[in-house]
Amino acid sequence: MIVELGHFALILALLVAVVQVVVPAFGAHVRDERMMRVAEPAAISQLLLIAMAFFALMHAYVTSDFSVLNVAENSHSTKPLMYKMAGVWGNHEGSMLLWVLILALFGAAVALFGNNLPPTLKARVLSVQASIAVAFLLFSLLTSNPFVRLDPAPPDGNGLNPILQDPALAFHPPFLYTGYVGFSIAFSFAIAALIEGRIDAAWARWVRPWTLAAWMFLTIGISMGSWWAYYELGWGGWWFWDPVENASFMPWLAGTALLHSALVMEKREALKIWTVLLAILTFSLSLMGTFIVRSGVLTSVHSFAVDPARGVFILAILVFFTGGGLALFALRAKDIQPGGLFQPISREGSLVLNNLLLVTAAATVLVGTLYPMALEGLTGEKISVGPPFFNMTFGPLMIPLLIALPFGPLLAWKRGDLLGAMQRLAFAFLAALVTVVAVYAVEHRGPWLAPFGIALGVYVMAGAIIEWANRVKLGSAGRDEVVRRATNLPRSAYGTLFAHFGVGMLMVGIVATSAYREEHILAMKPGDKVMVDGYQVTFTKVERGRGPNYTEDIADFNVKRDGETVATLQPAKRLYDAPPQPTTEAGIHAAWRGDLYVVIGDAQPGGGYAVRAYFNPLVRFIWLGALFMFFGGGISLSDRRLRVGAPARTRAAIPVPAE
Amino acid sequence: MTRKQKRGVLIGGGVATLAVALILVLFALKDSIVFFHTPSDIVEKGVPAGQRIRLGGLVEQGSVVRGEGTTIRFKVTDTLKDIPVTFTGVLPDLFKEGQGVVAEGVLDGHGGFKADTVLAKHDENYMPRDVAKALEAKGVKLGASAHPGQLKAEMP
Repeated sequence: MIVELGHFALILALLVAVVQVVVPAFGAHVRDERMMRVAEPAAISQLLLIAMAFFALMHAYVTSDFSVLNVAENSHSTKPLMYKMAGVWGNHEGSMLLWVLILALFGAAVALFGNNLPPTLKARVLSVQASIAVAFLLFSLLTSNPFVRLDPAPPDGNGLNPILQDPALAFHPPFLYTGYVGFSIAFSFAIAALIEGRIDAAWARWVRPWTLAAWMFLTIGISMGSWWAYYELGWGGWWFWDPVENASFMPWLAGTALLHSALVMEKREALKIWTVLLAILTFSLSLMGTFIVRSGVLTSVHSFAVDPARGVFILAILVFFTGGGLALFALRAKDIQPGGLFQPISREGSLVLNNLLLVTAAATVLVGTLYPMALEGLTGEKISVGPPFFNMTFGPLMIPLLIALPFGPLLAWKRGDLLGAMQRLAFAFLAALVTVVAVYAVEHRGPWLAPFGIALGVYVMAGAIIEWANRVKLGSAGRDEVVRRATNLPRSAYGTLFAHFGVGMLMVGIVATSAYREEHILAMKPGDKVMVDGYQVTFTKVERGRGPNYTEDIADFNVKRDGETVATLQPAKRLYDAPPQPTTEAGIHAAWRGDLYVVIGDAQPGGGYAVRAYFNPLVRFIWLGALFMFFGGGISLSDRRLRVGAPARTRAAIPVPAE
Repeated sequence: MTRKQKRGVLIGGGVATLAVALILVLFALKDSIVFFHTPSDIVEKGVPAGQRIRLGGLVEQGSVVRGEGTTIRFKVTDTLKDIPVTFTGVLPDLFKEGQGVVAEGVLDGHGGFKADTVLAKHDENYMPRDVAKALEAKGVKLGASAHPGQLKAEMP
């Protein structure tokens, strides 16, 4: 009964969304206040209805109602409660339901908190947002209905893929979707503004918080996925340039560019045309990602669907929204008034460079992701494009980006002083130089470029601190003055500090781990020892154990450093009950200097085990860097100047209702 | 600088960046892509030894030999031809006889394949798409399993 109610709620949500597309848009066209105001209750009831559908499905999962096909295929009665709940989005149909739920959540948030928007713009934004909802609700109901019943109901379900039964992965999809579905708001604002024909600094001010929120969640979502891959897949790697990873990374790159160009537009009214285009492209890449992951055009770790009907449907959605958005842009862009002027060497100029490199990088990732599919479609030839491709194309584009990064905030708007910025960065250059020498002194292995890569990361970190020190006049003003300045500094400045510092950490972690990782593959019997980067690792025993829904062979490794036991690692090989599938659990000893990472393979005839032991230097910096970026975004978002609905202070930002 | 010159700098910078990226992409596509082959392809087309390729098929029943060390031998078959593979390391969780597998590495020139990476997919009923398609093309019967959209090999 609850399942049918959920299905019914989803159909109602579709009807509400249709009303939300048509009535407010028409109302905005004829300037009818009452029709425009339909958008708000519609957006909120759309959210409530989709939430009803979502929780109806979750109820079926929690109560293990195997008369629902989706539950029978993807759940099992013995699964821990948390994974019964997370199982809702661990499959195609359920994850599409989560997709539309988040889409509706953002729509309702604009309806509730967008009080400072001009009424026509708000009505149009909600109307465009609802049109995306209509497309995806239709997709869900017609091709991916999670509420299909199964008769007779099987006694038990097939279970959730055990590698997905993991806390980080349970919460990875909601964060990731909040990120890339969140960019729909930027898209809706762009389309609404193009229809409206009014694009100014205020527009950027309204769009930026939403984009920032989406970007934060995408950042944390991607890094959670990467962290999960690192410890759960047992390969010791953290990024594989897998098409599914790329699918979320492309909108992240474009979204990062959008955040920065919206800044220029807000402060200087420049780059208006570009920012609007970028808003359309960013969400188009989100749709592209959805297409890649959900259509089954490729199969990889995360893809479960192989159904052409779905692929064609999503492709149609992608073509409609991207094509429609770009066509509207082409029609209206010429009417946008060009904004503020600036010299190439200026804050604006540096942000243009940032955009250029980020968008080009996104394009290379797109080529590397789509080329194998296109080639196979055209010639039938099957190829794979792996890390070497991305290292050759994406990598070189990041170097100038990171070199330029600390300059940006130090250059003035309109016309910057490059020499002055270089002088201020002297300390960062020095830090980089010391790093190069220090790394060469400690590590003789690895590629000769690696110390420079690490130094680049240190330079970015130092640059972030210098920018802050500069703003609070650290070193040049008295202590009281510095404290006063530091407390009065807008939160967005701290956001920049944290986010840019995080980028530097990320770079240090990536280069150190990739260049100086130590790897041992060997056959070990209980009692055998191996030295891994100064750790003495002794294989003590293997025992058979039993978890809630699996049995495992759990090994014991004693880890000593300088004669003292520092850790006991227990990597395991699990066999889940349903579905009967083995998984590898890594044993990780984490420290600042790096992770000792041990996994065991299958038992060998002589009583030994194949063992892989890694030392991944500074690998924690990767996720810590991402976390810094996430918090940087959060601090920035809490700035009252950015807050949605905050009173507009400056003259340019006061919205003039377009009556 | 005049407005026109500024625009020139912007456009010039943009074009230069894109040109560099394009050159990088073309070089990378030439050098760093890996072709996928089935055992029959390798026998029929004569793939040169030493070239990095992906070999896909099924792990032949009864072919897996685990020694005392870390080197494992098995055969990859498409039911018509098979290729012996050696691999040093820890096999992925889902590596199993009779299941789909993709091995990346080089041919040793004596009819064998030396893999440095072995991929098996993370679902019991599931086969890497490349393998499924290649097997279908070779006339191996693939039937839909109980799971819509998933493929299962019905071995003769």
